[in-house]
Amino acid sequence: MARLARLKLSEEEKKIFSHQLNEILEYMEKLKTLNTENIEPTFHPLPLSNVWREDKVKKTLPQEEVLGNAPEKERGYFKVPRIIEG
Amino acid sequence: MKEIFHLPAHKISKLLHKREISVEGLVKSVLERIEEKEKEIRAFITIEREKILEEARELDKRFSKREELPRWAGIPIAIKDNICTQGMLTTCGSKILSNFYPPYDATVIRKIKKEGLLIIGKTNMDEFAMGSSTENSYFGPTHNPWDLRRVPGGSSGGSAAAVISGETILSLGSDTGGSIRQPASFCGVVGLKPTYGSVSRYGLVAFASSLDQIGPITKDVLDAYFLFHIIKGRDSQDSTSLPQTSLEENLKGEVKGTKIGLPKEYFTPGVDKEVKRWVEESFKVFQTLGAELIEISLPHTEFAVAAYYIIAPSEASSNLARYDGVHYGYRTVSPREKGEENPVVEMYEKTRQEGFGEEVKRRIMLGTYALSAGYFEAYYLKAQKVRTLIKRDFEEAFQTCEVILTPVSPTPPFLIGEKIKDPLKMYLSDIFTIPVNLAGLPAVSIPCGFTEEGLPIGLQLIGRPLEEVKLLQVAFAFQEATDFHKRRPL
Repeated sequence: MARLARLKLSEEEKKIFSHQLNEILEYMEKLKTLNTENIEPTFHPLPLSNVWREDKVKKTLPQEEVLGNAPEKERGYFKVPRIIEG
Repeated sequence: MKEIFHLPAHKISKLLHKREISVEGLVKSVLERIEEKEKEIRAFITIEREKILEEARELDKRFSKREELPRWAGIPIAIKDNICTQGMLTTCGSKILSNFYPPYDATVIRKIKKEGLLIIGKTNMDEFAMGSSTENSYFGPTHNPWDLRRVPGGSSGGSAAAVISGETILSLGSDTGGSIRQPASFCGVVGLKPTYGSVSRYGLVAFASSLDQIGPITKDVLDAYFLFHIIKGRDSQDSTSLPQTSLEENLKGEVKGTKIGLPKEYFTPGVDKEVKRWVEESFKVFQTLGAELIEISLPHTEFAVAAYYIIAPSEASSNLARYDGVHYGYRTVSPREKGEENPVVEMYEKTRQEGFGEEVKRRIMLGTYALSAGYFEAYYLKAQKVRTLIKRDFEEAFQTCEVILTPVSPTPPFLIGEKIKDPLKMYLSDIFTIPVNLAGLPAVSIPCGFTEEGLPIGLQLIGRPLEEVKLLQVAFAFQEATDFHKRRPL
C-alpha cells in the first residue's frame, strides 16, 4: 500500500501504522451495520455537473514564476533525476 | 488607548475613520502584543512586521488626505498557512512546503486586500489541516492562551489562539471536519464555517475538496458577519463556488418565534459535564429571548466519524499525490541507494517520506487503502452512501426547525500530548462538527460558558444551506444577551 502511495516507510512506522490502521478500520466496520441497498452515494455536497467557463484565452503566469519554486530546473524545464541510464 | 488589540474590528474601524487612532498605532499595538505573547503561544509560522508597518503608514497618508477608504481599511488579519499569499511563505504546516512562496493570491486574499485589510502573518496549523489540536505542525504546537499546557484545538489553532490573545484583530481559517469551529470553541472566539460553495476555495491548499471551506475566526459575531460578506461569492476560478445572494443588513438579533432544534444524539452521556451544563444554560437564554426549542433526531450521527475518516483521507490521498519534489516544495537530499531501480521513483518516495509528518502519512495510507481495487465498494462507496443518510437526516430536521443547536466539542480543551499517540481517540473528538461538513451546511461556534478551571466552552449553531445570515442573527441574539465573548485571557 505504501508503494502505491509512493511513500517509503521506516520499519518503526510500518509497525505503528499497521497497528493503528487496523484499529481504525475495525472502527469503520460499524458502517456495515447500516443497510444502504437503495441509497445513492453523495460524492459531493452540491448537485453540480459540467460547470463550463467561456473558452477564452487568458493571461497565465510567466515561465519564470512557474519555475520559481522548483527544487531543480534547467533551461526553462523542471529537472528530475536521470530515468534512463546510458 | 489601552489594549486596543483586544477590540473587535467593527469598533476599531470606527476609531480609524474618526482618526482617533492611526493605522500605524493600531498595527504597532498588535505587533507589541505579539512580542509579548508569541514566545509562549506560538500562533504564527510567519510574521510580516516590516511589510505591515509600511502598508499601515501608506494607509495613514491616504486617511489624512481624506480619501474615501473601505470600512475595514487598516485592520490587521492573520491568515491560516494553507491559504496562498503571493510572495509570502505558505507552508501548510508541512516540511514539504516549508520553502513555498506562492506566485498568486487565493481569491479570499485578493478580496481582503481590496478592502484594505492588512496581513500580519500566517498562522500555525496541523500539517495539511489534518488534526484537531495543532500538534501535527512541522513547526511545533501552538499553546492555548487560556492555559498554555493545553491545545488550542485544530487544525486552525494558530488563527484562533492569535485572535483571543490579541496577536491579531481578525483571522481566516479553513474547516474540513471542524477545523474552524473546534479551535474557536477551545479558544473562546467565534468561528464560522460557511455553506460548502459560499466562499471560493481557489488558492486554498486542497485537503478534502468536497469538504473544505474557508471562513472567519473573530472576536465576536459582528466581525464574523462582516468578514464573511467580504470573502463570499461566486468565483470563476472555483467551479464549485455559488452565488451568495444574501445582502448585508444590520444584525438585529431577533429570535422571537425562531424554531431551534436540539438533536438528542448530541446530548449523550459521552459529553463532558461542564460542556453539557453550559450548553443547556444556553437553552434558557434562547427561551427567554422568545425562541422555540424543539427536540429533533439526527439518527445517523454515530456513523459520521467513520464515514468522514474514509472520505476525507481518500480525497487527501489523491490531492497530496502532487507533492513529488518536482514542481515545488521540498525534495530529498538523501543519496541514492543501491538496488533501487528507478531513480525518479526513489526520489518521489524519499521526498514524501521525509517531507510528510506522521498523521499525513497515516491518512494517505488510509485513503489509498479505501480507494484501492477490491476495497473501494466496501469502504469509499459505502461511506458516500452513509453520507447521503446523514445529509437526509438534516433535510428532515430542517422541515421542523430553522436552526440546530449542539455542543461544538464533547470536551473542553485537552492537554498537549493527551491524544496525539491515539489517532482514533483524536478522530472521535470531531464527532459533533463532522456531520456538518458531510452535509455541506453552514455552522458557527460561539462562546457559551467557561469551566471552573476557566477554560472556554462553545456552542454550535447549524443552519440551512446558504442561510448564513439567519444563522448569524441567532448567534448575535445569544451574544447580545451574554458576555462570554468579552472575556480575554491574561
